[in-house]
Amino acid sequence: MADQRELLLGLADDELVIGWRDSEWTGIAPLLEEDVAFSSIAQNEIGHARAVYERLTDDADALAFDRALDDYRCAPLVELRLLDWAHTIARRWLYEVADEIRITALMEDADVGGLAAKINREEAYHRMHAEMWHERLLNEPRFRAAVTELWPYALGVVLPEQRAALASRVGLDEVDAVERGSHTDDFAPLLEEMTMVRRSAPAGAQW
Amino acid sequence: MVTAEQVWAALDEIPDPEIPVVSLVDLGVIRSVDVGDDAVRVEFTPTFLGCPALETMVRAIEGKVGELGAAADVDVVNDDSWSTDKITAVGREKLRAAGFAPPAPRLVRIQSHVHRCPYCGSTDTRLENIFGPTPCRSLRYCNGCRQPFEQFKTI
Repeated sequence: MADQRELLLGLADDELVIGWRDSEWTGIAPLLEEDVAFSSIAQNEIGHARAVYERLTDDADALAFDRALDDYRCAPLVELRLLDWAHTIARRWLYEVADEIRITALMEDADVGGLAAKINREEAYHRMHAEMWHERLLNEPRFRAAVTELWPYALGVVLPEQRAALASRVGLDEVDAVERGSHTDDFAPLLEEMTMVRRSAPAGAQW
Repeated sequence: MVTAEQVWAALDEIPDPEIPVVSLVDLGVIRSVDVGDDAVRVEFTPTFLGCPALETMVRAIEGKVGELGAAADVDVVNDDSWSTDKITAVGREKLRAAGFAPPAPRLVRIQSHVHRCPYCGSTDTRLENIFGPTPCRSLRYCNGCRQPFEQFKTI
């Protein structure tokens, strides 16, 4: 069960942090449609994080925001501060492909299968969005370079036994993964920003 | 003693906070009503997990049941029991009349990808954006009557 908790915590942390990174495009995405899309995807991902945290604790906010940096289990892929659209889209696409593999595996789980299936219904639209961009940028050298650069990070999103499937789906050879467990330099400032409201109103912010 | 029928009728008066033309009962998010000795237990399934209106809806359920003189015990169930196929026929027609294309049944969507304009009924429509003003909506455009419209996503 300890492994299961670790797996779910990693999933929830990934969804929270990718949601946060996606939300950074709200208001400044290069296309109005993408402003809406990234904001909506961010909202969904953070909603998924909350639902998974609630399976692990009675106080989802505390679990989401009150841990020490080293206790977060997110994959380094989601932490990266990406300011370039090619990298942003490359991460979204790689993340969605990896996420589909682990979510569909979790759908078989007796305990969280129902929640995973509910998450999967929403992720279908994230995948459509990611695949649409992938198709559009497929032959752009800048996009290809970004995919190659982020590929070791993407492998770290899924379990070792799921990596062959991910490699086959993405069409790249397996390389050494950037594993979850340690954090990138981008994570500390992100956590600082993400927990700002929580720290300023420990009893819970009222809107 | 309040009856389950009275509770269902009361819950049918709660508008969806984001699409108020339909009620929570129309949306199919009330999974069960169970009148117990101490409280009325209501099982409620959110449409989208990140729906910001979740707390508002739970409070509205508690308020409506309270008006009947009973205490509500609302259980938010995050399992796979809700899909857009749970929206009632009445709910679908209310959506259409308000300019929201109701979600295609899951089987139809998977087989044909047909999306019908809620204004003129044409199926000559195109996707403008998978995402819209709330997570449950896409934006489409009708080539028939040249009208943009919102499409309730099938999930």
